[in-house]
Amino acid sequence: MTPLLRIALKSAWNRRLTLGLTLLAITLSVTLLLSVERIRQAARDGFAQSVSGTDLIVGARGSPLQLVLYTVFNVGEASNNVEWLSYQAIAADPAVAWSVPLALGDSHRGFPVLGTTPAYFEHYRYGDRQPLRFTSGQTFNGLFEVVLGAEVAAKLGYQLGDRLTLSHGSGPLPGLEHADKPFTVVGILAPTGTPVDRRLHVGLAAIEAIHLDWQGGSPIPGLAIPADVVSKFDLQPKTITAFLLGLHQRSAVFRLQRKIAGYRGEPLLAVLPGIALDQLWQTVGIVEKALLGISWLVFAVGLSGLAAVMLASLNERRRELAVLRSVGAGPRHILFLLMLESLLVTLLGMLLSVVAVSVAAWLGGPWLAAQFGLSTLPLAVSPGELRLLSGILAAALLVSLWPAWRAYRLSLADGLIPRL
Amino acid sequence: MSTQALLVRNLEFRWPGDDSFALRLPELAVNRKNSLFLHGPSGCGKSTLLNLIGGVLAPQAGHIELLGQPFSELSAGRRDAFRADHLGFIFQQFNLIPYLSVLDNVLLPCRFSARRASRVGEPQAEARRLLGALDLDPALLSRPAAELSVGQQQRVAAARALIGQPEILIADEPTSALDAERQAAFVELLLSEARRAGSTVVFVSHDLRLATHFDHSLALAA
Repeated sequence: MTPLLRIALKSAWNRRLTLGLTLLAITLSVTLLLSVERIRQAARDGFAQSVSGTDLIVGARGSPLQLVLYTVFNVGEASNNVEWLSYQAIAADPAVAWSVPLALGDSHRGFPVLGTTPAYFEHYRYGDRQPLRFTSGQTFNGLFEVVLGAEVAAKLGYQLGDRLTLSHGSGPLPGLEHADKPFTVVGILAPTGTPVDRRLHVGLAAIEAIHLDWQGGSPIPGLAIPADVVSKFDLQPKTITAFLLGLHQRSAVFRLQRKIAGYRGEPLLAVLPGIALDQLWQTVGIVEKALLGISWLVFAVGLSGLAAVMLASLNERRRELAVLRSVGAGPRHILFLLMLESLLVTLLGMLLSVVAVSVAAWLGGPWLAAQFGLSTLPLAVSPGELRLLSGILAAALLVSLWPAWRAYRLSLADGLIPRL
Repeated sequence: MSTQALLVRNLEFRWPGDDSFALRLPELAVNRKNSLFLHGPSGCGKSTLLNLIGGVLAPQAGHIELLGQPFSELSAGRRDAFRADHLGFIFQQFNLIPYLSVLDNVLLPCRFSARRASRVGEPQAEARRLLGALDLDPALLSRPAAELSVGQQQRVAAARALIGQPEILIADEPTSALDAERQAAFVELLLSEARRAGSTVVFVSHDLRLATHFDHSLALAA
């Protein structure tokens, strides 16, 4: 078969223009397929790692998905709050290494405001257990200080020292501004590609302070407590929305989860973020499947191009094949020759695609990670991609059977003297 | 060892779906190292006969024996191998693979037949010798075959048919694309190299003037 390989190579080189274009089509379609697969994987990982390093998320009893949606993704609202006392009791469990309380409900120009403690910046992790970083400034210390997510700062053009006011509730309804108590920007976080970028972070006490003269979702008529006297009040919150827990040992997570579920003070729910995120991905994952399906269709177009070029070349190659027959090639050699050519084009296309995708991942990966929260794109070929590549090869072999079979039939009919 | 290189008896062939015979040949025998001129007008089943002798077609009835072997009874794969080992072909035109160099074209049979490769020992040297003997400019050896004139191509085809000393050389109108004055010279060169290789020659042509160069001559009935 070695002489055939030489002949196949030279024959292919002789038709390099049409085969080159076919190679381009195959390369592009396989590149698309590989990129979609790689980005899909990275998006999935990035999504699953929107929050990492947190062992349990605890909130009022309800749907676990809902709890993750409002604590991690700023989507939806809690149906009930958690008593401060319950939080303190559970955070004091000896298995708990750290705890971060979360208070949601206010917003600033459509971006959600999160009331928390400085421990949040210390313990919150995303992606591959990456901590939050400040591009400028630091965490809040004073009462009316705010730390902005990267997107909030970028979209609204805030810088350190700027002052802003918060709105009550999530919607930009006029008249429900905490206009009398402006906040100063003291820190801006680095982009994470997670919902953290879209949050404003203030202290729990600040949330209490701006609601001192409020009741039932609106200002109490005739009562106005100026910003400079709020510190005379007790700013310890009575309730929070949810809290994050980190454990000394991961193995304790299920025991603690059961313990929280059985907490007597009020009905609570603790979820493992990874499991809930996986469930959530199942529902949004339909998009990735559709993308992958479209990529396969594009690949099918590439393959039809290959088959069409091979079939079209057969007429001009009938003499060539007859000459090969006369020097001793059998019809199976002809079959092999044609399949070899398709195989070479496909293999070369696959190789070029892997190189292209890896170079693209190397060059564009960090940018994608920052912009879209993809986990870092892998440079090497993953086992999943290997399966994909073998699928591509198998499909190409199957398709190449068609022109090869036709060449086989032609060479049987033509014999040594093609009747052209 | 059989003294006949080629023996054909009661050969009948028809194409599938066609009732009339494409070829009927009661007898054809050529002794080893002889040369036979087969005269056939077009449409006499000449190419069918060559396909049958080459083993790419199998007869419905009758018998073909090559070098004492019952060739037509072999499997298609064995016939392919036999063709590679023992037969050399020259056709009217388009003998060469256009994108291969002259030298690579001549060496093709040695790539498909270990027997022919081992007979020449040094294939490259033998290819150069044959091409020289057939009067081809050595400067052309590494050029793609497509760049050669028709006359040069036919000489390359002859060299390819003869390399590795196949027992049987089959030439199908190899001179019809050449000028009249070059035809005789080509036939003489071909026959002398065939004698040197010890090959039996079956030469098919419609041009009776060439018959004088051959040991025997036979007309195929239309």
